[in-house]
This record gives sequence, C-alpha cells and structure tokens, in this order.
Amino acid sequence: MSEPLLDRHVAFVAALREAGLPVSVAEGLDAARALTVIDLTERETLREAYAATMVKRPRHRPGFDALFDLWFPPVTSDGPAASASEGGAARPVSTLPGEPREPGEPGRPAELAGLRDRLAELLTGDPDAPEFRAFARSMVERFGRVPAAGNRQSWFSYPVLRALSPQTLIARLLDAMLAERGGVPEQVARHQISRNIRRFEEAVASDVRRRIAEESGIEKIAKASVAPPIDRVDFLRLTKDELARLRREVHPLARRLATRLTARRKRGHRGRLDFRRTVRASLSTGGVPLSPRLRPRRPHRPELVILCDASGSVAAFSHFTLLLTFALREQFTKVRAFAFVDAVDEITAFFRPGADVLDAVTRMAEEADIVRFGRTDYGRVFTRFAERYGDAIGPRTSLLILGDARSNYQAPALDTLRLLAGEARHAYWLNPEPRPQWDTGDSVATAYAGIVPMYECRNVAQLAAFVEELD
Amino acid sequence: MWFASPDEVRERLAAVDYLADDGIATSVFLAGALGKPLLAEGPAGVGKTQLAKAVALATGARLVRLQCYEGLDEARALYEWNYKKQLLRIQADGEAWEDIFSEEFLLERPLLKAIRSDEPTVLLIDETDKADVEVEGLLLEILSDYQVTIPELGTITATRRPYVVLTSNATRELSEALKRRCLYLHLGYPTPERERDIVLAQVPELPDRLAERLARTVATLRGLELKKSPSIAETVDWARTLLALGRTELDEGVIGATLGVVLKHDSDQSRAAKELGLPRP
Repeated sequence: MSEPLLDRHVAFVAALREAGLPVSVAEGLDAARALTVIDLTERETLREAYAATMVKRPRHRPGFDALFDLWFPPVTSDGPAASASEGGAARPVSTLPGEPREPGEPGRPAELAGLRDRLAELLTGDPDAPEFRAFARSMVERFGRVPAAGNRQSWFSYPVLRALSPQTLIARLLDAMLAERGGVPEQVARHQISRNIRRFEEAVASDVRRRIAEESGIEKIAKASVAPPIDRVDFLRLTKDELARLRREVHPLARRLATRLTARRKRGHRGRLDFRRTVRASLSTGGVPLSPRLRPRRPHRPELVILCDASGSVAAFSHFTLLLTFALREQFTKVRAFAFVDAVDEITAFFRPGADVLDAVTRMAEEADIVRFGRTDYGRVFTRFAERYGDAIGPRTSLLILGDARSNYQAPALDTLRLLAGEARHAYWLNPEPRPQWDTGDSVATAYAGIVPMYECRNVAQLAAFVEELD
Repeated sequence: MWFASPDEVRERLAAVDYLADDGIATSVFLAGALGKPLLAEGPAGVGKTQLAKAVALATGARLVRLQCYEGLDEARALYEWNYKKQLLRIQADGEAWEDIFSEEFLLERPLLKAIRSDEPTVLLIDETDKADVEVEGLLLEILSDYQVTIPELGTITATRRPYVVLTSNATRELSEALKRRCLYLHLGYPTPERERDIVLAQVPELPDRLAERLARTVATLRGLELKKSPSIAETVDWARTLLALGRTELDEGVIGATLGVVLKHDSDQSRAAKELGLPRP
C-alpha cells in the first residue's frame, strides 16, 4: 500500500473512532488488507469494502457514509473555484471567484425556471443516476456560496434549497405523473417524490460538506457531520422525526430484548431428564450414567405492572417505553399499565393485542383520566394508586415505574411507595434524566431511589442494558 | 480464488438470477478474496439465505447448511460419536476399547463436514441469532482458523477453506468477537428500482409496467408504520398472485383484495387500508 493511501486510511479509521464507531485494530487491518485486493479507482467498491470490514451495525452506517464522503470525495471537475460542468442551460451568468454574489441571489427568473424544470425532471427519475448527483453539485456551485468575513467564502445548503425550493414542485410533479389525483396512485407518487427530494437534499448537504472540507480541512467539519446513532439519542431530546424512527424500531427491539430475557434460560440443575444426552454422557464412564443430564426449565413468566408518567416533560420517554412494554407483552402472562400526571388511570385496554400503536397512544391521551390540575404529583398518585389498584400488585408482580421523580414540591408519600414495593416481587424505577440532575430543583430522585432501585435510562442503549441486568 | 472482482460476482450471480448491488458484490468478493466469513444481517425475506445458495450455484460449489435453533449443541453442529454402535462393539468384543474412537464411529455434522470437504464448499450457517450464545464460542475457533479439535482424534484442519456465510435476523445482537471475525453485510429493503428488477428476474412473465407499479406500491407500504413490512419474497408472491388472477392493473380494488399476500397482521392491514384509502373486504 502506498504511503499517502496508508496515511489517509489511518486518519479515516481514527475519524470513525472519534465519531463513536467501535473499530478494532483487527478490523482496521482487515480493511487495509481489503484495499490491496480491490480496484481503488472504483469509489463505490472502496466504500463497500470499508463498510464490510469496519461497520458491523446498521445504525452506524449513516455516520460512516458521511465521513467516507469527506475522506474519499468523488473526483469532480468542479472544485470550489472551477466552474460547473453539468446543468446544461443552467450555466450561471458568472462564477468567477473574484465576483461575490449576494447570498442566495435568485438569478434571472427565466434561468431559475429552467433549473426547476430540470430538477422536476430528475425528481421523477432514478436518484442513483450520476446526473442526479452532478446536478446537486452544480446547484451548490451556483447557489450555495456565501461570502464570509475577510476575503473568504463559505458554503451552505439552505440558499440552494431556498432558490430551487423542491417542496413546491410536488403539486406540479403529481399533476404531471397522474391522470387524476387521489387514491393509491397519488400516495405512491407522493412517496416516490418525497423520497427523491430527500435524496436531493442529502446530495446537496453532502456536497456542501465536501466543499467546506476542501477549503478548511476535513477535521473541522467531520465532527459536525455525524449525528449520534439512534440508540444513543437522549429520550428527552428526541425530535419528532427521531421518535418516528424509534417507533419503527419498537418491534425489532422488543424481539431483541425478549430474546435477551429468555437467553438467560440455560440448562438448569432441576427439571426433567434428557435421556439422549444422559446416555451420551454415560459413555465416558463406561455406560454407567453417573451424571444425569436435564432438560432446560420452562422460562419464568412474570406479571408486570407499569406506572408511567405521562406528563409533558417526559412525554417522548413514556411514549416510547409504553410502546415497547406492550410489544414485550408476549413475554409476560399479564401486563397492566397505568398512566398518571396528577391522577392515575388504567390504560391497559388501549393496548389490547393487535391494536395499532399510534391509535392507542392517541386514545390514551384523549380518554384516560390522568390529569387534574396538570402538574405532576407523585405523592398523590402513589396514594390514589394504592387505594384504587392496590390489588394489582402481588407476590408474582414486577413493578416498573417510569418517570423523572419531579413532584412539584408536593409530599412524596414515601411510605405508600415502600408498601407497594414491598408487596411486589421486584420493583424498578427508570428515570430518563441524567444522573447529575437528580435531586436538583423539585426532583426527589434519591428519596425514591432509597426505596425502589432507580436506573438512569436516557436512551435505548441504557434501556437495553437495564433489561440485560433484569432477572 | 472464488471470484476475480466485484464485477465478476455481479455477473455470475446475475446468471443464477440473483441481482447484487454494490454492497453485496463487494462483500461477496472480499469474503472469497480474504478468506473471511460473511455475516449477512437484515429483516426476514430479503434474500440472505438465497445469497448463500446463489454463491454455491454460481461457483458450482457444494452447499452445506447448518440451521441454527435454540438448544443447538456441539453434538448436532459439529460431530457426535455413534454411541449405539460403540456400545455394540464393546459388547461384542471386550478388548475393543482402543478402536471405538475412530472414523468408523464418527458421525459428521455440518460444520465438520464443511471443514473436511475436499471439493469447494459453501457453508451456510442460517439464523445464527436463534442459537444460544455458547454456539458462538464454538463457531469462533472454526471461523478464525478453519479447524476443529476432537479430543480423541486430534485437530482437524481444513484442507480447503470453505466459503462461509452466516445469516442473522438481528433478533439479538451477536457477540463482538464473532462480528469482528466476519465481514458484515447489511441487507435491507431494496430501492423500488432494484426491487422491480428482482421481481422481473423471478417472474419474467409479468409486464414491466405492472412490476414497476408493484415495486412502488410496496415501497409506499414500507413507508407506513407497520408491525412487519413486506419482504422481497412477499413482493414476488404478490406478483405471482396478480399473474395467477390474470390482473394487469394494480388499482384500489385489486390491492384491497390481495393485501393479505404482503401484510400478515390485521392491524397492519387496517392501517394500510386507512392510509391508502382502500376498500376493506
């Protein structure tokens, strides 16, 4: 391997580790070895070779792709100062570097209309086609340059998207693609168009990053361009988009967690005799079955009672954990769920098997009687719960409390909680707040943690770790 | 050498009706060139098992398959002594203690079979995530050194390295150690363009335009929040269904009537019907 390539390789691996991808030394070596057998001029092959050897989790792939584009940019003729070669009629009036344009200058209307026509045409086609990316590049060249302090310039995707505003093309594209609006054809067409628009936006963003990296160095931009993988995203900071992505993950995740729960079931020391394995083992003792082998025990299927804070401050967290719990339902003989803000109500019925999760959450918000004054009051909730639903908790029950333990300075009712926890087989508290913030302000986390073991549960990774510990 | 280049992989797999994209072609090529196992992970029905079969078919190699399940152990994955035969032998001849641990009494299981094979072999370890964690430990020795240690016989090293493909549905996270030894290939749902080509390769009688509509409709269904998104296999089934029904159009009525081919949960069907405005049967 040549020296410059080796340097680049090492720097790239370092950047991946910096971005949180666990690339081991052995995997780095595998990648280097892979570089010696592939055709390095094929960029996509290079990308996939790196991915195959170093990226072993799908959720790390987006970050990997962003960094790969920075370290191994496509060979283009249109560097920052060169002129765009694509775009046909889209040739800008002037792209001389010495002649700064106003940021996002709209350009002549006729010319702009031509560009939008071209974009519309591309959006109905295949986004993997080379001219799609080439067009994105030339548009960044045309609109993305913004003069910065001194004699410098910087690049942004916003002016590009504002000038071309692909979102406003949707109606026109739909008209062109469909004879009449409505029904499945429109849904299908919409889905296709919005996917391609997203691809265009990504292509623009990626080219903007490339240009910035060319001008001010890769390291500067590398950190900013990689979002944390979805299972590390803080529950309390989830954007709507990320929540939707997490929801999609609920069922695979529940399946994964469920298998972890049952993976504990090993070959036990009690149980029915496994005849085949006993005879097999007896061979080493001359046919005398000295050590009997046993079949594994049936898994323990606990009952689960969930008490879930549904107030606005932890909405994303409780939303997600509720969905997950009900996806986990198959593991438990019985699940009962209760939601509360300052009143408590049973919400089990909304999550009957086969129910649509989104509907369930909406119905819960509308129909369940969980709000009195709208300020979380843990003390009152525990008291009311013990009065009304105390019989839900028995010696086979695991009690799971989800909430931030912020009680608006109301009495915490520690004794009631102690009583509830005492009756249950296990009790756990999952708190979506970072540990350093416990006990600040109106949080009574430590007081509750003295009664019920409290776990910090800020993201899916921590949730998985918690389930791992469960027994 | 299994393949000379990723392009060759693509051509030879295409010859056996398996359409490979850049990711598949490159990792299949690397697995052969570097002699490392290939771990293919992804949702059910995207062609993971099919990939191993296609590699075997394209290279003319023998396919040895180990299906993993909960409770799979060494005796069923690697080798076992034929104890009934051994007992009989001892009873027939009291002096036979020395002979009963020989080839004659060895029952070969898939892993040992693949290691000892003289001809080119593709070893498919299917649904690795279903097996217990202990099995992964067993695989580690085999996958890194291609050798097996049988206490009574000694260490058996592969004369010819098998081409190993592991598949996983990601129901559980495989161990770091296992992942580190493998090349990783994530097989996800394909783009509508690629899915159309796959459908056409599998069901050549289908009109191009209908295949296109079908692929785009399935992509839209996958965009909804469903419990179980339709797999490629189900798209192909759908294509066959339409063909069998003699339909050449994919309108609301047809979709509504045949939705059960791709969506297998009642809640998924009602969600799709609601979002797409389908008539409910």
